[in-house]
Amino acid sequence: MTTRLVIEGLHASVSGVEVLRGVDLEVASGEVHALMGPNGSGKSTLSHVVMGRDDYEVTAGSVTLDGTELLGLPTWRRAELGLFIAMQYPVAVPGVPVGVLLGAAVAGRGGDPGGVDAAVQREAARLEVPAEFLTRGVNDEFSGGEQKRMETLQLAVLEPRIALLDELDSGLDVDALRDLAQRVVALTRDSQLGVLAITHYARLLSELRPDRVHVLMSGRIVTSGGPELAQQLEQTGYEGLAAEFGVEELTVRPPEPADPFADPGF
Amino acid sequence: MPGFTPDTAQTLGGHDWLVARRVAAAERLAAVTWPSTSEEIWRYSRIDDLDLERYQPRPADQRSLAVPVLDPGLVAKGVVVGDLADLDDPDTVDWFGTCSDASPDAFTLLHDAFVAGGAYVRVPPGVVVDEPLFFEHRVGGDGLASFPHTLLVVGEGAEVSVVDRFAAHGAPHLCDIVIELLVGDGARVRYVSVQEHGPETWQVGLQRAHVGRDASLHSSAVALGGDYARMRTESFLEGQGGESDLLAVYFGDSDQVLDFRTLQDHVAPHTRSDLLFKGAVEDQARSVYSGLVHLRESAQHARASQTNRNLVLTEGASAESIPNLEIEANDVHCSHASAVGPIDDDQRYYLETRGIAPDEAERLIVLGFFDDVLNRLPVPALAGALRRTIEHKVSRLRG
Repeated sequence: MTTRLVIEGLHASVSGVEVLRGVDLEVASGEVHALMGPNGSGKSTLSHVVMGRDDYEVTAGSVTLDGTELLGLPTWRRAELGLFIAMQYPVAVPGVPVGVLLGAAVAGRGGDPGGVDAAVQREAARLEVPAEFLTRGVNDEFSGGEQKRMETLQLAVLEPRIALLDELDSGLDVDALRDLAQRVVALTRDSQLGVLAITHYARLLSELRPDRVHVLMSGRIVTSGGPELAQQLEQTGYEGLAAEFGVEELTVRPPEPADPFADPGF
Repeated sequence: MPGFTPDTAQTLGGHDWLVARRVAAAERLAAVTWPSTSEEIWRYSRIDDLDLERYQPRPADQRSLAVPVLDPGLVAKGVVVGDLADLDDPDTVDWFGTCSDASPDAFTLLHDAFVAGGAYVRVPPGVVVDEPLFFEHRVGGDGLASFPHTLLVVGEGAEVSVVDRFAAHGAPHLCDIVIELLVGDGARVRYVSVQEHGPETWQVGLQRAHVGRDASLHSSAVALGGDYARMRTESFLEGQGGESDLLAVYFGDSDQVLDFRTLQDHVAPHTRSDLLFKGAVEDQARSVYSGLVHLRESAQHARASQTNRNLVLTEGASAESIPNLEIEANDVHCSHASAVGPIDDDQRYYLETRGIAPDEAERLIVLGFFDDVLNRLPVPALAGALRRTIEHKVSRLRG
């Protein structure tokens, strides 16, 4: 069965500033979409608005998953319906190891948490996650790369229908990037996972090989195209592209607020 | 009705030394100025609510201590466990009161005047007791005041683990505890106290350890019950190279007040102390943590850390956290940290993005918060039961 995430005319504000100004986007099972754009263009905001974080006020539009309206549903219900987000800055939860987290997530969906440990072990081996990261609280004093491996591990164990990957490439070296991207690609092939990958850089896309590339500027998708669009961006930069499409502002002013997921430092 | 008088102190039974100590204390008690919240050490406490007239000393005929049975091999090595009411060994009688006399207040004096028994453990030098010793203090009774006592005398190089459980039920009940931990040179002591009083018990207690040269104390306190429950936890590092780890887990609900005062007192050089107190409060409950690290001039090269973290789970609940340092030596390492706050929104959101409902997310976060302390309990068997008790407290609120 094909699952379809449909974003239509989505407007959202934070602290009274409109950061999404009419976004239309559709991601179906097995497809890989890339969402590119300069810092402050609204990429992360889009992923959290779709996921239902309550810091944002949705002022217009709709987000549906197979026709079910997600706006108004709490985050955990959206996840239950098959959405997943790999966060740019995953949150440390001391004392809650990934196996406990995933056991609760599976049990919450009415599944059997009995198989979770084996699935975690299998994915840890595949993604080369050392055993100690399975016993510690999830993301607790993990490096950036370890966090991204753990996000990918959770993605693989939970097998959602649509995954939002928010800068999965940040903090990764080239080898790790390839490993994680290959795991994501395998999920799109084997489990028909649909992917919306947010990134600044074409590097991730050479591994993920997206079907479609969308460019977000100032809270709007200004153009979409095939993989060649990412290559064009590499040459012209966002400013060149903005000139081509007559976009005056690349980012929403003021830019996105201080990231609520940044490590608070204690 | 017998009150808190020298006559009552006389009639509570026990060997002559105990009666004499009680009567002397009862006579001094008459002159004591009762504390009030205007004193810093009683700030945030509920001492002003205490009405001693509501209580009378528990009769001596109510023995309530469950003493563990000792392996015959350990008896042969000279290990002694028993009830202080039966103690008449002059070598160890002398130890009684060593710790409480070094840190007296009105409640240790009240305790001294009416203590009728308690747990007693003596481990001779060099003897290792492998299995933990469990003492159950079933103190309680309507309108009564009980005075549980623990005296642990551990000889040079000896090792032992002791668990005390205090559960006083009764309406109302006053429980005035003294715990004395004498850790000889090179000895290793693991001590756990679990407090699961009934909702109308008032507790005021002192736990104080004297730690010798190259000795180590690992102490954990679990505080779950009581209407008002206060414990002073002190470690006195008097021998070079001695160390202490003081841990606590507490969880208050309804209108409980849980009150902790700690002292890490470094006298000797090269001593080390760590403190980690973690608690949660919900409903209208309150917690107080006030702790002092004292590095004396003689305690060069000492290292000390002090951490208190509190989760405030509902709007009506509150937690005070007051860490203090007093540093008189110039070549020491010292750190402290304290935090009071609700469940972190970002953590809850993170778990929700995995499909975990908010109630379950909060349960996981609270259990996770306590995990590091529970994992360090020296008697692992206790951790599982405690996790269940904490889960019950959390789910009662969320359910």
